[in-house]
Amino acid sequence: MTEKMLEVDDLTCRFDGVTAIADLSFDVSVGEIKAVIGPNGAGKSTLFNVIAGVTRASSGQVRFDGERIDQLPTFRRARRGIARTFQNLQIFREMSVLENVMVGRHTHGATGLMQAIVHGPTLQAEEHAIASAAMDLLNRFGLAGKADAQAGTLSFGELKMLELARALACEPRLLLLDEPVAGLPRAEADQMSEIISGLNREGMTVLLVEHNMRMVMSLSHDILVLNNGYRIAEGTADEVRRNREVLAAYLGEVEDA
Amino acid sequence: MVSASPVSGTHVAPSAARESLRMQPRSRFATWRSSDHVRLVLIWLVLLAVPFAAPNAYVVSLANLALINLILIASLNLLMGFGGQISLGQAGFFGLGAYASGILNVKWGVGAWLGLPAAALIAGAAAFVIGVPTLRLRGHYLSMATLGWNAILVVFFNQFVSLTGGPNGLLGVKPFAFFGIALDTEPRAFPVVWLASLLVMLTILNLLHSRIGRALRAVATNELGADAIGINSFGIKLLCFTLSAAMAGIAGSLYVHVNQYASPDTFGISVSILLIVMVALGGSGTYWGPCLGALIYTAVPQLLLNYEDAELMLFGLGMLVVLIVFPGGLAGVPDALRRRFAPGWSR
Amino acid sequence: MQISAVVLQLLVAGIGTGSIYALIALGFNVVFKSTGAMNFAQGEWVVMGGMISAALFASASSVGLACLLAVILVAIFGLLSERLVIWPLRRPTALMITLVSIGLAICTRSFVMLTLGKKPVGYPGFSGEATVSLGGATFQAQTLWVVGLTLAFLVVMHFFFERTMLGKALRAAAADREAAAIVGVKVETTILISFGIAAFAGALAGAIITPLTLASYDQGAMFGFKGFSAAMLGGIGSLPGAVVGGLVLGLLEVFGSFYISSDFKDAIAFAILLLILFVRPSGLLGRPDIVKV
Repeated sequence: MTEKMLEVDDLTCRFDGVTAIADLSFDVSVGEIKAVIGPNGAGKSTLFNVIAGVTRASSGQVRFDGERIDQLPTFRRARRGIARTFQNLQIFREMSVLENVMVGRHTHGATGLMQAIVHGPTLQAEEHAIASAAMDLLNRFGLAGKADAQAGTLSFGELKMLELARALACEPRLLLLDEPVAGLPRAEADQMSEIISGLNREGMTVLLVEHNMRMVMSLSHDILVLNNGYRIAEGTADEVRRNREVLAAYLGEVEDA
Repeated sequence: MVSASPVSGTHVAPSAARESLRMQPRSRFATWRSSDHVRLVLIWLVLLAVPFAAPNAYVVSLANLALINLILIASLNLLMGFGGQISLGQAGFFGLGAYASGILNVKWGVGAWLGLPAAALIAGAAAFVIGVPTLRLRGHYLSMATLGWNAILVVFFNQFVSLTGGPNGLLGVKPFAFFGIALDTEPRAFPVVWLASLLVMLTILNLLHSRIGRALRAVATNELGADAIGINSFGIKLLCFTLSAAMAGIAGSLYVHVNQYASPDTFGISVSILLIVMVALGGSGTYWGPCLGALIYTAVPQLLLNYEDAELMLFGLGMLVVLIVFPGGLAGVPDALRRRFAPGWSR
Repeated sequence: MQISAVVLQLLVAGIGTGSIYALIALGFNVVFKSTGAMNFAQGEWVVMGGMISAALFASASSVGLACLLAVILVAIFGLLSERLVIWPLRRPTALMITLVSIGLAICTRSFVMLTLGKKPVGYPGFSGEATVSLGGATFQAQTLWVVGLTLAFLVVMHFFFERTMLGKALRAAAADREAAAIVGVKVETTILISFGIAAFAGALAGAIITPLTLASYDQGAMFGFKGFSAAMLGGIGSLPGAVVGGLVLGLLEVFGSFYISSDFKDAIAFAILLLILFVRPSGLLGRPDIVKV
């Protein structure tokens, strides 16, 4: 039996009278790419925010690698190995491209305040290591030429790459990708898709939210379909594609063929 | 570390990239050492000449004051410009440090050299206590808490007369001593102030060129993004606030032992507010901005001495003009001018 | 129920002081709602209200008329300030506006000092030196005027924000700038008007309190900070909160000053501010912030 990287148990999320997620249970196996889809308002963003730690669930559990994480603040989940990208990009726009990725290496550094102030050999060595690791990532994503540019000057597509590079700098075991290709033209979306696929081949577990059906169907091993906070289908691309309820949710009532 | 065929785009060898980065302005905090370190040492070497080159002790006293103000403004800039937090109570921590060091000296004979770290510790501890509940929240709560705290401190400085001397001030504070020689004149006290300000500026510079410094700036820029990569935003903000207050405490101790006196007026909310304006005028979030801010803060009242009543008005007008015309502060003037007159010239 | 004369006296004094703080807090909140900034000039407008009333009273003979004119003048001054100092900002972020308001406060205070002098000034109340006796307590008639006029102003404000197009436009712009702009609300105009209202409220506070406390050019800072504390106490940005916060602060200050210590009177306002921040930062009537991703 494959190990479960992420387990969600009976998750319910209620705000101000609206139930965004209702008794949802599912899991993500190690090494798989799982997509969460559903029409607008289905609860996908809320689910993501709960797993990432930005929102608290009303009840239920989230377990990462067997350990409960639903009571932990976001940064502790990141330190356990969950990295996340944002739909609306939360890049450090005033910092340079290189610095953005260097900050991603934060949790892999060990120097403290005193060492920072004294600036001895340990700190210098760490700085070299961080800059070099960051540069490697930039090379991999084709952003090395812009290492020095202010992040805010990059194009939207480049920023999406940058955020992914930054997330990878944390050396996560699970990637939470929030609409990774939203807003990207076809060629760049395909490129992003290729990268995610490549990362997965190297062993990265991925949970993503997406509207782009083409990408979802071709990339994911498993798809979870939400509507109005409930799970309405779960399975492979083929299974989901043919599911009546899924079609009904997206298109309204389906006529009998 | 994952590695696979690179995505299309230029490939740059890591070592070559590091070299070219060394002096680049945008990634100026991406290397452990920079041209700023060199500038810092050079400027402070030049400053060593002040007690010898100055025409009289009064000018040296201005230099002392300017360096103490620099510590205040630079530490506030660390918090505001790099840390993204606003403190309306920097003068309060200044005062806390001054009174702590002064009272320890006057009441219990504690020497200035011990009073200095004590002042830093006490101011830092006070900041810690205020920071813990308020920094957990998103929004301007820290600024309000520091405003309230500063106001309360001033009332205490004025009312606990037996301890602080009340509105008439704390008198009879002994100066720093060096192997038995009392450093009781401005030129004699200068080396202490010079050294302290150098150490503070170096601390700030080194901090910025480190993992923690980058994390600080990241949190200030985008807390959500910082959380997502494992940075303890609350911890970093608390660290920065405490450090900034401790440095203000150091400034306070210097002040009280150089002047051998302290009075509540020096540490009021109006001063805290002016310090913020100085940070903005010099250029918030720039390393050298505080030097400009300190110069303005020390020099302008001197220049306006003859225009006492109009001084306030001129100061206010000057401030408005700079804020409206140069929102990046004076340190941002070269960039602003470049953008206006040589727009094709990218940096 | 027997209320002792002392308590009654304190109660009236507290409500009177509280009304002033409420007015200042209101002005503060109106600007905060439309810009997100903390307006440091608010306290200076209070001082202007009092001092200009005094100057006009010297020439005119009716206190009421002098105050009315003064308040209108200060409101116009507030509008002018916005056009001269806020409107030209290239990046009107909350921080920038806050910083600029500090410059404005400095200029306003020195302007008052240069034109109206440093001496404290005063004038008789609207009912002259009349006093009122109630249940054993005696207080100045002016205190009743303070409470009454504050109440009248609040009613007008409520009507303005709830019933008039302009008021609703201001609320819309404060709630969501972009959405308001889409439906045709000019955001710059709403900012201009909020400054006018804030200056009016501040000047009103200054004009009606001066017969009781005298006005002097350097009181602005303290008025501003206390009004700001009141606004925080009630929940920053909340207009009813300004009223609640102001009253609570006024009462706590008066009772605290009498029963605990009058030397530390000023510290009371700030101690309360700190307490609120530690315990319930959103204030008595405010809602906690929710950050959406």
